[in-house]
Amino acid sequence: MVVQKLVSQTMMALNGDEAVAWAVKQSNVDVVAAYPITPQTIIVERISEFVHNGEVDMEFIRVESEHSALSASWGAALAGARAFTATAANGLALMWEILYITASTRTPVVMAVVNRALSAPINIHNDHSDSMGARDSGWIQIYSEDAQEAYDNTIMAFRIAEEAMLPVMVTLDGFTISHTLQNVSVLPDEVVSNFVGIRKIPRIKLPHIYGEKEIPLMLNPKYPISFGPLDLFDYYFEHKVQQNEAMKASIPIIEKVHREFAEISGRSYEPVHMIPYKTEDADVVLLGLSSTMSVVRKVVDELRSEGKKVGAIRLRVFRPFPADMIRKELSKISTVGILDRSLSFGAEGGPVFMEVRSALYSSSSKPTVYDYVYGLGGRDLPPKLIKKAFNELLEAREEPEKPVIKYLGVRE
Amino acid sequence: MVAKAVWRPDIKELARIEGQKRPVESGHRLCAGCGAGIIIRQIAMAARKPLVWINATGCVEVATTIFPYTSWNIPWAHNAFENAAAVGSGVEAARKKLARVNRFDGDPDVELDYDVIVLGGDGGTYDIGLQAISGAFERRHKIMYVLYDNEAYMNTGIQRSGGTPFGARTTTTPVGKVIKGKPLFKKPIMDIMVAHGIPYAATVSPAYWNDALVKFRKGFEAEGPAFIHAFSTCPLGWGSAPEDTVKIMKLAVETCVFPLYEVVDGEYRLTGPSVSIAKNPDRKKPVEEYLKLQGRFRHMFKPENKWMIEKFQEWVDRQWETLLKKAGY
Ligand SMILES: Cc1ncc(C[n+]2csc(CCOP(=O)(O)OP(=O)(O)O)c2C)c(N)n1
Repeated sequence: MVVQKLVSQTMMALNGDEAVAWAVKQSNVDVVAAYPITPQTIIVERISEFVHNGEVDMEFIRVESEHSALSASWGAALAGARAFTATAANGLALMWEILYITASTRTPVVMAVVNRALSAPINIHNDHSDSMGARDSGWIQIYSEDAQEAYDNTIMAFRIAEEAMLPVMVTLDGFTISHTLQNVSVLPDEVVSNFVGIRKIPRIKLPHIYGEKEIPLMLNPKYPISFGPLDLFDYYFEHKVQQNEAMKASIPIIEKVHREFAEISGRSYEPVHMIPYKTEDADVVLLGLSSTMSVVRKVVDELRSEGKKVGAIRLRVFRPFPADMIRKELSKISTVGILDRSLSFGAEGGPVFMEVRSALYSSSSKPTVYDYVYGLGGRDLPPKLIKKAFNELLEAREEPEKPVIKYLGVRE
Repeated sequence: MVAKAVWRPDIKELARIEGQKRPVESGHRLCAGCGAGIIIRQIAMAARKPLVWINATGCVEVATTIFPYTSWNIPWAHNAFENAAAVGSGVEAARKKLARVNRFDGDPDVELDYDVIVLGGDGGTYDIGLQAISGAFERRHKIMYVLYDNEAYMNTGIQRSGGTPFGARTTTTPVGKVIKGKPLFKKPIMDIMVAHGIPYAATVSPAYWNDALVKFRKGFEAEGPAFIHAFSTCPLGWGSAPEDTVKIMKLAVETCVFPLYEVVDGEYRLTGPSVSIAKNPDRKKPVEEYLKLQGRFRHMFKPENKWMIEKFQEWVDRQWETLLKKAGY
């Protein structure tokens, strides 16, 4: 890997979907298989334009369903190609079975998930019920805050996926990011192309069959391998544990790729997995994902000017979950609010809440944690509600109260 | 379009090919008398290039790849039950792109000049996988899809599928007091596939190996997607003797339960013994001869169920007449 020097970039007005499509265009992708669903459709449309105008040399498979989109991407990746797909909501739900298979066969597919509420009732707007539903499927999940990050994350995802040998899901909030025009710094084509390189095929040893020879891990008549066998109680468990180890092993890979990307782009997302904002001396913090957190930071600034010691943490990488970092960051905070943009019906709280509170259980100083469920089906979260949450947390500091789940912005 | 010069394998050539490129080694767990094992070997013998083999979930998959073992000598992948054709689409697209840009030129360990074969059972083809196959055919991926039709979900223990014939006993269409076996007929899978306008489609009975090999080869040579409907006796599911497998696969053709034909660019042509039956209708055997060797149809031979055999025969006759017309008889 040769890392280039910081280069001059072009400022383009792109919405989040276009930013992703642009990243795909520049990343030496061989095969794209995708199916339209709002708010992801623009990605498919832009890629179609690139292909139809001869701006990019890839095979674009306009499949007949999301189930086939991921299946074809898997086949392409196994045959040695760099493969990309994109979806949202019901499309992701239709892929559920293949999400697990892709991860368990350690196949480096990259997918953009443009977050949207799951049916029913049918709703095309943003929340995180789709990608949170996929959290246990073995995909690395990176949540983007804006169109710029959607672009950057997509480029980095190819490197991460191929080095970690795990599929990567890059998410962006439906409409808020996907359809909002923004200034995006776009790297020159050849810089991205050099950064991601051409997909390298890992080599493995199968001593029983091929002796000491290192053979390419792909579908290849020269050195045949069987992928996706039956695996019963005598091996399945060990394979799952290995898969979990691979997830943990991806943490330093994710960091390394971010550092190298910062060197060419000047955009560093340190400390990569979660980004704290004014937490050093904070009494209370709000922790959440994605585009919401830029508003939260504005509110932090306002409340700070009123002398209130508040802070924010944006979680970028939800899988693998950075439990150690969260524990360390929150050890000095007494009261924490979690922003959950999805529900886990019948549970103690939303998915982010459950992960964070669980991580804190082994911490010596356990902060009180509240869960703020917000924004379901695209419901707005205006600054005044964020302020309300902060003020509640500041009060609760004095007198920890129950219950832990609160709804922000719901009519009662 | 199918290549003009037709390959005519002779038995010596086949013996040599079989020795060279046996796709599946002995030691696999397919049942004695399973038709699928024969089909797999015939496909490999008919191959003109190296193969990449995509398999749907089902008996073939579970019986040949129980980790840490694999029976396969050729690159093989299984993803799920309903998506084998979509996986094949992805492989074919990747192969095309990687070959176009000479990606692995200079790497002696990688071969990109191969054919993509997709194998699925009747469940994975008539039912759950139909959408993915239809999509792949509409997009004109150059894959050969082979359906091995053992006429039920055998891997999960003999449940009915859209390919199960009328009257057959399965665990979800049992011979009950009121309803006796499957009340419905087979889905017209060939018509559905041919309707996609693919360049090559054919039926094969592995018992007629010569006919089968030529058709598999034509499927590989087709410029676009090919579909082969292969008949596949299942002794366990059908209640037949393993040693009767080839006999039953022959009788299916001789009774016109499973006629042999091919459809080249939309044109129907009978092949093998089906041609002589078309020319000499008295050679067509009654369906009883086929049905009586199989436990799944035993109840139809009770006097009170005789009507079932008649209904079966009527259906076969009607299908056969329709096919004769399509083939210009
Ligand atoms: C989505 C899904 N549903 C159900 C199954 C369970 N299943 C596995 S194999 C099989 C039957 C396969 O039947 P067929 O395609 O006819 O092949 P055969 O086993 O008869 O060779 C079923 C129902 C599955 N693997 N996936």
